[in-house]
Amino acid sequence: MGKKAVNDFTIRVATVNGSGSQSSNLVLTNAIFRLGVPVAPKNVFPSNIEGLPTWYDIRATARGYRCRTQNIDLLVALNAATWAQDVASVRPGGSIVHESTYAVTGLTQRDDIAYYAVPFTELAKAHVKDGAMRKYLTNMIYVGVISELLRIPEATIEAALGAQFKSKPKAAAANLEAVRIGSAYARDHLAPLENIALEPMTGATDDLFFIDGNRAAALGCVMGGCTVSAWYPITPASSLCESFIALCEKYRVDAATGERKYAIVQAEDELAAIGMVIGAGWAGARAMTATSGPGISLMAEYVGYASFAEIPAVIFDVQRVGPSTGLPTRTMQGDLSFVYTLGHGDTKHPVLLPGTVEELYEDGMAALDLAERLQCPVFVLSDLDLGMNSWLTKPFAFPEKPFDRGKILRAEDLSARPDWGRYRDIDGDGIPYRTLPGTEHPAAGYFTRGTGHDEDAKYSENPEVWLRNLDRLSRKHDTARTLVPQPLCEETGNALGILAFGSTHHAVVEARDLLQAAGIKTDYIRVRALPLAAEVAAFIDRHETVYVIEQNRDGQLFAILRNELRPDQIERLRSLRHYNGVPIDASTIVEPLLDSQRELARAGGARP
Amino acid sequence: MTAAAQTLNIIGLAREVYKGSPTTLCAGCGHNSITNHLIKALYEYGVPPHRLAKMSGIGCSSKTPAYFVDQAHGFNGLHGRMPSAATGAKLANRELMVLGISGDGDTASIGLGQYCHLIRRNVDITYIVENNGVYGLTKGQFSATADVGSTLKHGGTNTYATIDICGLAIELGATFVARSFSGDGKQLVPLLEAAFAHRGTAILDVISPCVTFNDHEGSTKSYAYVKEHDVLVNAPDFIRAGEEIVVDYEPGTVQELELDDGSHLLLRKLEHDYDATDRLGALRTIHESRTRGEFVTGLLFVSGDEPDLCEREKMPARPLRDYTEADLRLDRATFAKVAGSV
Repeated sequence: MGKKAVNDFTIRVATVNGSGSQSSNLVLTNAIFRLGVPVAPKNVFPSNIEGLPTWYDIRATARGYRCRTQNIDLLVALNAATWAQDVASVRPGGSIVHESTYAVTGLTQRDDIAYYAVPFTELAKAHVKDGAMRKYLTNMIYVGVISELLRIPEATIEAALGAQFKSKPKAAAANLEAVRIGSAYARDHLAPLENIALEPMTGATDDLFFIDGNRAAALGCVMGGCTVSAWYPITPASSLCESFIALCEKYRVDAATGERKYAIVQAEDELAAIGMVIGAGWAGARAMTATSGPGISLMAEYVGYASFAEIPAVIFDVQRVGPSTGLPTRTMQGDLSFVYTLGHGDTKHPVLLPGTVEELYEDGMAALDLAERLQCPVFVLSDLDLGMNSWLTKPFAFPEKPFDRGKILRAEDLSARPDWGRYRDIDGDGIPYRTLPGTEHPAAGYFTRGTGHDEDAKYSENPEVWLRNLDRLSRKHDTARTLVPQPLCEETGNALGILAFGSTHHAVVEARDLLQAAGIKTDYIRVRALPLAAEVAAFIDRHETVYVIEQNRDGQLFAILRNELRPDQIERLRSLRHYNGVPIDASTIVEPLLDSQRELARAGGARP
Repeated sequence: MTAAAQTLNIIGLAREVYKGSPTTLCAGCGHNSITNHLIKALYEYGVPPHRLAKMSGIGCSSKTPAYFVDQAHGFNGLHGRMPSAATGAKLANRELMVLGISGDGDTASIGLGQYCHLIRRNVDITYIVENNGVYGLTKGQFSATADVGSTLKHGGTNTYATIDICGLAIELGATFVARSFSGDGKQLVPLLEAAFAHRGTAILDVISPCVTFNDHEGSTKSYAYVKEHDVLVNAPDFIRAGEEIVVDYEPGTVQELELDDGSHLLLRKLEHDYDATDRLGALRTIHESRTRGEFVTGLLFVSGDEPDLCEREKMPARPLRDYTEADLRLDRATFAKVAGSV
């Protein structure tokens, strides 16, 4: 028998979708958090309302890792359909709590696992009289079993239940009863866990709170002054707009008059959603939409238009797995190259790449500022893992700066600017001045168009005029390079560098620790936006080898780097990709990186 | 002409102000006539140029916003997608008077979805379809409003059902639906002014012959055909808010409608005893006249009872675009609760 892993383990709960296990999982997660132990939940769910298998991983991690892990220490098996596959997912030495009717035989009979059979169905039948409630309360019984096995005090579970069923004290009480059934059974019938233990901690979770990325982004939109939103329901982006609606309904309605300081429209499709956002941006309101890959496909034409006509818009892309309908409830960083140049012809857009829920909040505000400053669509690239999972984070900072409305000329400014032309680059940064419809001045009006236009917004097919405009837009793109969130570097002069973006960050954090334990020290740069900041090339120059890690098959960031860097920089790059739909974990980085290092060593240290 | 000799409208502007760049459409195009009627209506109604937002999609029709009210902001967007941009503009600044110009391809083919949902939401805009039944810019293909049996200039007969822009709008719950003819300014100008006065989506389907691709014998959108088959259901007369109604008429011969801005529309009844507030009656008339190969024109349907999008969304009178940090951000205490500090 090995040493118990204290506050460093993962519980996998395998259930059937639609059985209400989400509440149970959240209560268990919250209870561990209440003991001061950092916890990272990952929901791996199906594209289905009821009946398909679903998994919820609860990772207790004293070191505060936020990524998924493949090391499952304790399985709660409540889905007969995936029983064999779930048993196989448990690491050697692990434990399995399972419905006692599941057969432990053949493949499901492992001699390196401790089995804890619990008659969940029978217990529920005996104790829960209300048939309609039984399905849900069965899940709460396993919370009781686990809390007993992990020695979680009942008061902690009760507090977690109270938080989960805030507005329904009756439900909280019924659920507590179910928890007690489970804990009593475990107390009387089950041996203590031998592989893992939970112990209260201090100092590791102080001030932290749980929030999902979609809500964090919505909060960024509220604090960033977004007033118009149009959207079309799509997993995994719907809850971003729904969170925005909820926040607006709660905080932006005039109590006396019932008037709303916002307008949110559920559009007929993503074409209309982006059209409304662009119309609103043109008329001077801060506007956003949120969607995922298929919606981005539909938005392509309007986004290209807004880029060329220079209209602010903010688009959250909460990425899911493609191509096509793909895996709508799984995660991917698959839209990077698509959104970067979305539109036909010479088009490119600023793309913000938040890696944490806190950055989603910050980038929500930043995107609204940048869209007006740069007068163009700005993408915020999130993903299902960031957007829909709950993340522990430190409190968000209240914004101290006012909105940056960019270069807007009011009626009083226009009289002092007889040289004004809508697309004239007066400041040399590629960003022209705009007027808003409704500006009471004879010179304010101009004709916005997606056709060729000169500095005064007049139609033109003149090759010189076209060239001048395209080159100015490039200049603007270079200005964007300096205004978007800059990369974050952690460097101690190592030869080996890691480059990543977005939610991949969390696996990189753990991977770097594991690599260091294996004797390999790494530096790290996290890219936080496109266009690439100058610092990215500088980082590559300072390293012999840089691993570019991302969650897509074809290495989309790798390709963008290859497109923008010098050949001697490109040959330092190695691409590592993860693309099976579940969030990347540390081992997915460590193992191929070690292999690659060994290969480089065999080649005599020379770069191939 | 000296300034003193110029006639000015009720907000003190000369008609010149309502003009735009010279047209680049074909000589004799119905759309140019509509532009002229629009200039007249905007001038007579006294629309302040800075409050006007001219919005359009793609096609010959959609070029026309460049040809009137140069001082106003224009938005020449995407093919079939003007309604969504117009909706967004209205949400951002509800003080704007949004004027959407579209064509039959832009509305009834590529843009049918957005057209339907614009009406469903009753967005407060005037929406003009310059309807010639043909694609002009791509040189003469049928659009979805081409009548069954109508022929193309260079051969080909349309065998597919026509989409009736007005009938569809009424079915979808539109609150103002009119049809007119580019050649009938006497009818179109008061209808346009009434549309400006209406709160909600005002649809104007204006038959506008294409002299280059659809003015031949066999076309049901040619000048000759329309003139012969145009059946007026009523003759409109627009009376601005505050103006006295001085027209003499026999009792029962005129339908008098009060519009949302306090103005009035008098509809002189013609051969039909037509009631422009009867949704089902309007649908029946449109359907029956089409069966006879006729165009009914005039104000086909109006209803002033439906809230528009901004009202339904309980928006404040102040344009959303003017709201500031102080209006929109949570205060520190509330923020701390939402963002984890408490």
